[in-house]
Amino acid sequence: MADEQEKNLVEILQENHPIDINKYTNYVHSPQCGAIATFFGNTRDTFDGKTVVELRYEAYVPMAIRCLNTICSSARSLWNLNAIAVAHRLGPVSVGETSVFVAVSSVHRVDALDACKFVIDEIKASVPIWKKEVYSNGEVWKENMEFIERIPELGKNGCCRPKVKVEDQEVAGHVKHGCCRPKVKVEDDGSVESCKDNA
Amino acid sequence: MGSSLKEEVIKDTPQTESEKESIEIKVLFFARARDLSGVSDMKLEVSSGTTAGECLDKLIAKLPGLKELRGCMVLALNEEYTSESALVKNRDELAIIPPISGG
Repeated sequence: MADEQEKNLVEILQENHPIDINKYTNYVHSPQCGAIATFFGNTRDTFDGKTVVELRYEAYVPMAIRCLNTICSSARSLWNLNAIAVAHRLGPVSVGETSVFVAVSSVHRVDALDACKFVIDEIKASVPIWKKEVYSNGEVWKENMEFIERIPELGKNGCCRPKVKVEDQEVAGHVKHGCCRPKVKVEDDGSVESCKDNA
Repeated sequence: MGSSLKEEVIKDTPQTESEKESIEIKVLFFARARDLSGVSDMKLEVSSGTTAGECLDKLIAKLPGLKELRGCMVLALNEEYTSESALVKNRDELAIIPPISGG
C-alpha cells in the first residue's frame, strides 16, 4: 500500500507549541490499518537523583527534517507501513510534557510496533536535535549514547542513513512487499539502553 | 592538538593570496559547540581544495574552546553528515554537530 505517495508527516515544532497528539494519530489513522503504534518521549522529573526543572531543545531544523524523512523512508523499506507521523518540540519543555511523539500505522501490529521503535531509536542516534537539562542548581547538555556509538559511521557515510542490513534488496531504496512481515532484518537497532536519558 | 599538524599540510601550496582561489563558507555552531565557541555562526575564508576537516582545524585554532569537542563531534556539510576529507566549496554551509540529544 502507499505505493505512489508515502504518507509521512514530519514536524519540528517551534517554542511554546505543545504536541497535538490527536493531530498526529488522526493523520496515521486509516480504515485499512488494524494497528497504530505510538511512542511518547516525556520529560522526567529527576535525572541521577537531581531534580529536573525543564528541558530546553534546539535543532538544526532543515537538517533535522531531512534526517527524519530519511528515517521514514528507511522504516518503509523495512516494514509494510501505511503512515508515519513524527513531531519534536523545540524550546523549553516542562516536566511531564511530551517532547517527541511518533505514530505509525500498518495493517498488522508487528510492522507498526517494530517500526515505531526503529524510528525513535534512529531519532536518538542521528537527528541533529539537542537538549539542555535544567536542574534546580545547574544545567547540562545531554548526549545520546546512540549518537556516540554511531560517530564513526556518520563521519564516513556522509548521510543520515541508519546502519541497517537489507537482505534481498533487488529494488534500490524501497522494498515493498504486500505481506505483513518485514522482509529484512535490522542489524543494529537492538540494544536499548536500559537507562536512556529522557525518553 | 590536531591543528598544528594539519597547518603544516596546508603549507605545501603557495601562500600568496592571489595564487590560490579563496572561497568563503558559512559555519554553524549548535548547542555545546556554540557555548564553547561563543558564536552561533560565522564566515570562514579558506582556499579552494580545503577539506571539511581542515576547516575544523582552522576553527579550533581561532576558537580554542572547541578543542574539547574534537573526537565526540561530527561535521555536516550542506545539511548532510560528511567525512572530514570532503572538500568544501564556495558558499557551503558547514555545521559543527556536537553530541546530539534529541528524544
